[in-house]
Amino acid sequence: MSKINSVTCPVCGCLCDDIELTIADGIVAQVKNGCAMCEAKFFSHSNEHRLKTPLIRKDGKLVPTTYTVAVRKSAEILAKANYPILYGWSSTDSEAQRVGVELAEEVGGVLDNTAVVCHGPSILSVQEVGIPTCTLGQIRHRADLLIYWGCNPWSAHPRHLERYTAFTDGRFENSEWMSYLNKVKAAAGRKKIKSLERKGILKHRREREIPTVSDNKPTEILDKKGRKLIVVDVRKSMTAEIADYFLQVKPGKDYELIQGIRALVRDQELDVEEVAGVPVEYLQQLVDAMISCDFGVIFFGMGLTQSPSKFRNIDVAISLIRDLNMRTKFAIMPMRGHFNVTGANTVFTWQSGYPYAVDFSLGYPRYNPGETTVVDVLLRQESDAGLVIASDPVSNFPRKAVEHLVKNPLIVIDPHMNATSLVGDIIIPSSIVGVEKEGTAYRMDHVPLPLKKVVDPPKGVLSDEEILNRILKEVRKIKSNRLEAA
Amino acid sequence: MVVQQKLNLILLTGRTIDQGVGKESGKGTKLYFESTTICYMDEVDMKAIGLRNNDHILVTSPEGSVVLRAVKHPRGAMPGMIYIPYGPWANSICSTDTTSIGMPSFKGTPVEVKPAPNQPILTLQELLRKEFGR
Repeated sequence: MSKINSVTCPVCGCLCDDIELTIADGIVAQVKNGCAMCEAKFFSHSNEHRLKTPLIRKDGKLVPTTYTVAVRKSAEILAKANYPILYGWSSTDSEAQRVGVELAEEVGGVLDNTAVVCHGPSILSVQEVGIPTCTLGQIRHRADLLIYWGCNPWSAHPRHLERYTAFTDGRFENSEWMSYLNKVKAAAGRKKIKSLERKGILKHRREREIPTVSDNKPTEILDKKGRKLIVVDVRKSMTAEIADYFLQVKPGKDYELIQGIRALVRDQELDVEEVAGVPVEYLQQLVDAMISCDFGVIFFGMGLTQSPSKFRNIDVAISLIRDLNMRTKFAIMPMRGHFNVTGANTVFTWQSGYPYAVDFSLGYPRYNPGETTVVDVLLRQESDAGLVIASDPVSNFPRKAVEHLVKNPLIVIDPHMNATSLVGDIIIPSSIVGVEKEGTAYRMDHVPLPLKKVVDPPKGVLSDEEILNRILKEVRKIKSNRLEAA
Repeated sequence: MVVQQKLNLILLTGRTIDQGVGKESGKGTKLYFESTTICYMDEVDMKAIGLRNNDHILVTSPEGSVVLRAVKHPRGAMPGMIYIPYGPWANSICSTDTTSIGMPSFKGTPVEVKPAPNQPILTLQELLRKEFGR
């Protein structure tokens, strides 16, 4: 039995690097410090859903094959295709992503990563209006106003609050964990008293009016000292439950609400009673809290990028930060989902000039979201082959897009059996990056961190990087043979 | 209160912690299936079409329809909306409209919800076979 400290977790964009693992008999036996998703990921290397042998579809059924055959067949498909798509890349290391760009250029395909259905609109906005941002370390030590807009870190980035924002002790700001615990204890106490009153054990008392947040009314909590946590969402998520103040916006009205806040930050008067379902007087109190903070941050998620207005929501959110920076110090940061989706954008950019939706079909990189984005290519039924790596588009793309992906030859490189592997034609198992292979990943604030190898992969299973290198070599061989024959 | 036959609501898809743990454990796990085949609804909306917790419902959008399990949203009100965790079931009814920027409309698709007491929830394999023939 051995212990490994300071392991980086390969699950979400937080990349927590304080995980402690206990390894026994070559498998992960215990995970310390991690969240529920982190535990599930480290334990998944030895579960029954693991792929250990390459599979190939024959007569409609997946049958075992060898790496040599799987790699050769994959290379043949890609070399023959006119317009293949190469999609995924966000749950693998930057070393594999680099080879991916080379392969996409060689086969003249469309290279896209999961940002297209995640923070693609954020990238478009950043290209239009820029982004005033910082690292998570700055936020941990200095931020006194934390706003989560259209995101739910409690579910998607469970340790974000604990490591980087409200529940962490920074150099200049303290953790609000005790104040949250007191709030929970008080709520539990009130519930107990009510229950005793119902049973007739306690005499019914006239209840002191307790401020609630569900009616969007800012409470005196916005005047409290220390870090303040505000959540803006269309429904009361778990993060909203623990926040000091929860602002419930009508679905699809975020753009309107942010523009309303911008007007108030600029000392303009609004001639309406409410904006997006929120009374203007409540908004004014929120704006007062924003202006009076020393350093505020807005984290935003899919609530802004996937709802109507999409990238325009981010445009105005970033513009709001620009306005706020005239009054105090503010930053903004997207809550990136996959552990290395930031890396995929970074690697694609330094290799091709563009962060996602890169089309190599003309021999040079082209970028035109809406045309070269993989969902649009599939909906227009233009691609004639697909390679999916470290992602599961069959689970995460709309059905009509998947229909075309499945119609054509589909190569899947993944450590586990998932919906895409179930419908693919060639399935190539790979080692799990950050568990069975070391590599580099970029945290959501663009800080690169090393991933560790903590256990050996199953016998004979290759890494994403090695598989891609072999396919690339084979594609080049096929193309040079073709040239010689011509 | 008059029980209605169906309701027109707005579909939101997103993350839950159970769906997150399920996807990391394996897409074939029971946890993934159970956490992605539920549909959170507002309590008042559920009562309006005579639903109780865990009743089956048929959710239909212009893209297709899917049978799911209706569950009361545990915190606060969300009238007029349903929330389905990301997964193949949610994506079989999501709008494909990318508004020319590549991002499908995962939030904000108008849907119709009605009780489906006798219809089963398809497993992942059954769903893939039904939709893609594999």
